[in-house]
Amino acid sequence: MAESDNIVVETAEKIFADLADPQTINNDKKGSWQAPLWQALSEAGLPLSWVPDDLGGSGASLADGFALLNAAGRFAVAVPLAETMLAGWLLAQAKLASPAGEMTVVPASPRDRITINADGTLSGRARGVPFAKAAKHFAVLAHGGDGVSIALVDPSKTRIEPGLNVGYDHNDTVTLDKVQPVAVKAAPKSVDQTTLMLMGGVARSLQIAGALESMLDISVRYSNERVAFEKKISKFQAVQHNLARLAGESAAALAAATSAADAIANAKSFDDEVYLEAASAKIRCAEAAEKGGGIAHQVHGAIGFTIEHILHRYSLRALAWRDDFGSESYWAVELGKLVARRGADELWPLVASR
Amino acid sequence: MTAALRFDPIRLPEKCEQLRKEVRAFLAEEAARGTFDTSKPNREDTDVPEFCRRVGERGWIGMTWPKKYGGQERSFLERYVVTEEMRVANAPTRRFFVADRQSGPVLLKYAPEHIKMDILPRICKGEVCFAIGMSEPNSGSDLFAAKTRATKTEGGYLINGTKIWTSSAHIADYMIAIFRTSPPTKENRRHGLTQFLVKMKQPGIKVNPIGQITGQYEFNEVVFTDHFIPDDHVLGEVDGAWKQATSELAYERSGPERFLETYYVLTELVRAVGPDPDTRSAEGIGRLVAQLHTMRRMSVSVAGMLQAGKEPVVEASIVKDIGTVWEQQLPHRVRDLAAFVEETATNRETLERQLDFAIKTAPKLTIQGGTTEVLRGIIARGLGLR
Repeated sequence: MAESDNIVVETAEKIFADLADPQTINNDKKGSWQAPLWQALSEAGLPLSWVPDDLGGSGASLADGFALLNAAGRFAVAVPLAETMLAGWLLAQAKLASPAGEMTVVPASPRDRITINADGTLSGRARGVPFAKAAKHFAVLAHGGDGVSIALVDPSKTRIEPGLNVGYDHNDTVTLDKVQPVAVKAAPKSVDQTTLMLMGGVARSLQIAGALESMLDISVRYSNERVAFEKKISKFQAVQHNLARLAGESAAALAAATSAADAIANAKSFDDEVYLEAASAKIRCAEAAEKGGGIAHQVHGAIGFTIEHILHRYSLRALAWRDDFGSESYWAVELGKLVARRGADELWPLVASR
Repeated sequence: MTAALRFDPIRLPEKCEQLRKEVRAFLAEEAARGTFDTSKPNREDTDVPEFCRRVGERGWIGMTWPKKYGGQERSFLERYVVTEEMRVANAPTRRFFVADRQSGPVLLKYAPEHIKMDILPRICKGEVCFAIGMSEPNSGSDLFAAKTRATKTEGGYLINGTKIWTSSAHIADYMIAIFRTSPPTKENRRHGLTQFLVKMKQPGIKVNPIGQITGQYEFNEVVFTDHFIPDDHVLGEVDGAWKQATSELAYERSGPERFLETYYVLTELVRAVGPDPDTRSAEGIGRLVAQLHTMRRMSVSVAGMLQAGKEPVVEASIVKDIGTVWEQQLPHRVRDLAAFVEETATNRETLERQLDFAIKTAPKLTIQGGTTEVLRGIIARGLGLR
């Protein structure tokens, strides 16, 4: 999954470079960059990468889609690309076609639950739904007497309480009160809420890893420009060692995220090994977001703390992404329980399974 | 182009899994016959020659080397599997581990043919032990300050000076050491050191054991007094050792031994908390397992780079930096999480005994084989900062 080794990523990077330049976006107080960016991404078929041709998408592989999300993280892209990809993927699991336009998934936290009532309507509350306010449709995973269903929902039929995450992106509470879905179908056995959260968690992990790559780049560049005490700050050993640690955190995040993406892309089912990969990625990337982002800010000093500087576009988003699809604390508890249930002598075989 | 380092998600091929089963069965058999105790940390002063010979019989030492030198021509990924399984089982690999990991590869690259034919097959049989002679009393991390002299004489060199902190020197048959053959130059302070193969247990070499805070006597002072080394024991270029050190470091610094040194306390913690842990224990274990998994994936990825013929020195430094800091903190985190383990937990005594040893071991992990500070310097250079 190296950079630009596939056409999907190449296309995306070109669009991001042209229309999602962080400095340009940061200077644009009106948000006028959003519409052209989304239009270009849509024309290239990227938001529906994970939707097969016959369901209205562009039918890219899971692996290509994951690489695209990593690239989106490198540009700290703040349009619902990941969310629409996940929604399209979820709908496609139940062979539901994806409509055009922005989408997001409901729920976006493993602790929220939407139910499907006996009359086929949907009820429940989902907090922290990314870009709900911008979405033209929701892909909803709901639980009912007959098991798990996947539904396409019109957001105007729901109540949306807007909110912002720590990275200033929309992160809203969605309430469904006996909402009639646009379309609904039973989910295949292989897909449940945990599957959705693991997919979402890996998507966020790749975005965090991408943001860390960029934080490392701009921090290294800045340290080679900024002069203090009559020399470049990159020549101070304390700064060098901080940057070395940032490189380590960035590398660890990228390794964990790409490994999990590779595991899912090649998995026959979401077994314990895939669970280990995906949960670990979310845990480790969230930790790296904190440690690595902290170093990036330390290297930049006060300038990196200003709203004019682009650093916060990466650092705050990486921190915000920790919360989506299960925080690192949530996954750590669940992974710890899984390990305990399997028993001490089964820990190493699990770790060494791939 | 970004400065970030990529660790591609290498998967172990199918044949590795078959090998893993064989290694596990072998180790279970050895533990059952009492060769070693899997619950006892891999005490580095433990030397079990007959175990090493049996590992050699299986073809698991020098397994990546050419067949004509006793190797199996297998891949680095297969070697990786053997190494990690031995480490996790607390197997006594001391005698062959250094030779297998780095001394053998150095000989393969730089030794004359007759020496390769003599020594490499014996390494593969598990018969010979190697030490590494780098540090000196006033030259540790600053390798190129080494002063121990190799003075040219008829047919070879006379060695005078002292190496220190030399692991296994007391049992070693050979040492690969760097000695000063010329003074450094103004342009290059790294110039003037030469790598030599030293035959231990010879006149002019005195090995003095040094006690460690763990209670072990595992490293040594090695004093050379007019010790003679023949010309054909020079490894590589005279005065040019600094050009040769780098690839060795990638082997030395990226393996599973760089994060599994205290792993046993994590296994024992999982046993102690039982199948239904409280939230605090579950979260703590989950985080540790996620961190462990990530490092292993990075380490396997470096093995893949070595297999592809690359020299991933910066990547290896990152693995060792993150890995050794983690394995150093692990006993302390496990101690935190074990604070409320029931008095009645059946393995409580084992866990406490292991923690006692791991906590004493921990300080050395970020020092041996390249300190954290040296590693971060290498990473910083890789980032273009120096």
